[in-house]
Amino acid sequence: MFVLGKNEKLISVTLLATLVVVGCGGGDSSDSAGSSSAASEATVMENPVDPSTAGNISGSVAFEGSAPAMDAIDMSGEQVCADKHSTAPMLQTVVVNDNGTLSNVFVYVKEGSAIEGMQFPTPSAALLDQDGCVYTPHVMGVMVDQEITIRNSDGLLHNINASPTEQRGFNTSQPFNMETSQDFGTPEVMVPLRCDVHGWMTAFVGVVNHPYHSVSDGSGGFSLSTLPEGDYVVEAWHEQYGTQAQTVTVTAGGTTDITFTFSADMANAVVPMRTPIDPHDHPLVTDHQ
Amino acid sequence: MAIWGGVAFALSLAMMPLGLGALQEDEQLGKVTYDRWCSECHGVDGDGTGSAAGYMLPRPRDFTLAMYNIRTTASGDLPTDQDLLRAINMGAPGTAMPAWDDVLTEAEKQALVQYLKTFSRFFPLDENPVPLVLGSPTGVSEEVIAEGRGQYEAIECWKCHGDQGRGDGESAATLMDDTGFPIAAADLTENWFFNGGADVEDIYRALRTGLDGSPMPNFSDVLNAGVMTDEELWAVAHYVRSLAPEDTPGISEVVLAKLLTEGAELATSFDDQAWEEIEGTYIPLVGQIIVKPRWFDPRVDGVWVKAMHNGDDISVLVSWSDPNNSPDPLWSDWKSQVTRIMEPREAADNEIDAAPDQLVVQFPMQMPEGMERPYFLKGDSRRPVYLWEWKSDRQTALEGEARGVGTESFQDEGQDVSVKGMHSDGQWQVVFTRPLLTSDENDLDFITGEAIPMSFFAWDGDNGESGNQGSLSSWYFLLLEEPTSTKVYVAPPIAMLIAGALGFFIVRRVQKREMESFRS
Ligand code: HEC
Ligand code: HEC
Repeated sequence: MFVLGKNEKLISVTLLATLVVVGCGGGDSSDSAGSSSAASEATVMENPVDPSTAGNISGSVAFEGSAPAMDAIDMSGEQVCADKHSTAPMLQTVVVNDNGTLSNVFVYVKEGSAIEGMQFPTPSAALLDQDGCVYTPHVMGVMVDQEITIRNSDGLLHNINASPTEQRGFNTSQPFNMETSQDFGTPEVMVPLRCDVHGWMTAFVGVVNHPYHSVSDGSGGFSLSTLPEGDYVVEAWHEQYGTQAQTVTVTAGGTTDITFTFSADMANAVVPMRTPIDPHDHPLVTDHQ
Repeated sequence: MAIWGGVAFALSLAMMPLGLGALQEDEQLGKVTYDRWCSECHGVDGDGTGSAAGYMLPRPRDFTLAMYNIRTTASGDLPTDQDLLRAINMGAPGTAMPAWDDVLTEAEKQALVQYLKTFSRFFPLDENPVPLVLGSPTGVSEEVIAEGRGQYEAIECWKCHGDQGRGDGESAATLMDDTGFPIAAADLTENWFFNGGADVEDIYRALRTGLDGSPMPNFSDVLNAGVMTDEELWAVAHYVRSLAPEDTPGISEVVLAKLLTEGAELATSFDDQAWEEIEGTYIPLVGQIIVKPRWFDPRVDGVWVKAMHNGDDISVLVSWSDPNNSPDPLWSDWKSQVTRIMEPREAADNEIDAAPDQLVVQFPMQMPEGMERPYFLKGDSRRPVYLWEWKSDRQTALEGEARGVGTESFQDEGQDVSVKGMHSDGQWQVVFTRPLLTSDENDLDFITGEAIPMSFFAWDGDNGESGNQGSLSSWYFLLLEEPTSTKVYVAPPIAMLIAGALGFFIVRRVQKREMESFRS
């Protein structure tokens, strides 16, 4: 984040200059307002993909076996939140949809020579809401440097504690209805977020350096659109069932359908996240204990 | 720590192989110093898994993550060199991390700062982290503290720290640090255990930066978003400061039991007004690590003691921070985690069952001649001890005796001591009352004007503590004020101070020896 921090400062200077030139100074230059417009400012960039030679990937995430029962969340300590739920809120570790598909799977292009080195425009801010003492969405994808607007709609104390390993995290508090802006400068699948005040609140953010990411929805569907034709490795990540990958060929003007299948027996899968950082490898001094 | 010192260190230098020239001189010094002084806890590779790591909670920091509690920089930013130097010099009070200011040379400390940074790949990316501009404290007054209290409620510090700041908030039982270990919300009434310092500036800094790697968030974004002013945040810092005593309690060896004036009523309950007249004495407790099963993660790190008597009866009020009344289902996960991760796993399974909170007050069975007191761990056959035992799941106190650990026996009948205990706002307050003289020959008689040895054992059941696994103090003295008291009060403590301090060092020395034995 600090690498980014420097950029941010640079960008705000640009932004300020623009404001002065345009003659609409005096605006609120608070952090969130400042940097989200800055992001769009800094990225007036063409999408490098030619739509006429592009295709799409769409598909769904199937689930086999019986859906594990999720624990109900005890929100009795937070009446404001409890009141926001018409049915008892459940942990979202495994959400199997009515049609037997799996929600909250992060699906993204892991490799693809066709997009290697391409610079994509940074999309506008993504929203992560805290509403009823749950994160909405529970799993989300963003691009590197894309602003994430973290909103507190509950008006009671949440803290947002991000603990990535590929980059610096943050741990910030939101005691009131308010918004904070954050971003991640390095690709990382996934960055875990948690609220320490409400131990059940967790979220995962997938950070990639292209727009080809999606999260399976309430009917298990996902889609990756406008990819240059070529072969891709597409990976699906789930917080409980781990990852799996497929090689997918995208043709111009076509839509390739794929299905990922997770099953209840994968419950002990290794979930790649926060992989331990290699201890540094400075030259070894002969043991002198 | 100093005792591992010089000789071995010099030897190791002499034995170092040639071929170190490849390393920068500083890095060489950094590595040598680190391997010698830090690696047993923090691990040779800096990943926090040294051989002693399992014996402490919080665990030694994993330097590969480059997450530092105490910084002058924003949440998520790296610490400055100055910040690291400060951490090395001051240590982290209340944890196993020692202060190194007197142990290492300036050059060694500087070299360590640079060496710590090499464990993480983040430091090369940001050579000069920029400190936050923190300003200077606002003035303090009762209004400011009241304002701070209001803000403390509004921004919900109490969710973690509890209404009165004793680390007993609703979320306290589920807090975990970034490496997945349970972590206690700091007890704000004991500012001498703060990692980053006890002063209002230190508290304010902790609020602005957060304690990275722990659940303690930063409150800078709240200012940036304009939902709170800097003055209000300073007021919170002033309020938090006001929760702890003005001065860090010194080691006072004597608890004076005040003699009540004619007709004044002896307090037999914790909520009696009369206690407010009496100044408390703070008595530090440490983990019991002398006999097995040992305990390296004591919850109760000190008790406050007050006493009064009226010539016939004595009341002793003991109070201490404990986030809950054990056993409490809300804390059962905490308990099972702590017992699972704390080395050495010497306790039998049945000792890990649900357990109450407990307190034992220990006296010699007979007043010793001169300065000789029973062995502080429940005495021995030559010099037995007399005990008062209180448990949170029982309405009565028991009197007992012991001739060494494991020989405790409690009287079934003819109890002369009565007790009243209450848990509220993260604190136990327990009052013992007993006649000064009893007919039981195994009960110590409390004679006014005599310095009566007294010590304490405490257990937090939901922290996995019972049996030998709890905390204890060395010997202190209870002195019952005499009718013509002023002289008596002044005279004996001087002799006692010396003896008492010795007692403290005995505990320390034994602990040190134990610490070393698990290191080797
Ligand atoms: C007896 C074990 C022990 C030894 C020896 C030890 N440490 Fe630590 N150290 C710890 C523990 C435990 C922590 C974590 C404290 C906490 O999280 O509150 C820590 C934390 C730290 C921190 C982080 C402080 C912060 O603000 O987050 C630094 C820096 C550090 N140690 C440096 C050192 C250095 C340098 C040495 C050797 C000179 C050393 N330590 C020796 C146990 C030890
Ligand atoms: C999500 C839980 C949480 C919230 C909310 C929280 N704290 Fe903390 N706080 C902690 C934990 C956990 C620690 C201990 C961290 C450690 O030991 O590394 C701590 C430590 C502290 C310390 C000790 C700093 C030091 O140098 O060791 C202070 C002072 C403090 N908090 C004050 C506050 C105040 C004031 C607020 C409200 C503005 C607050 N905290 C909100 C969890 C919290």
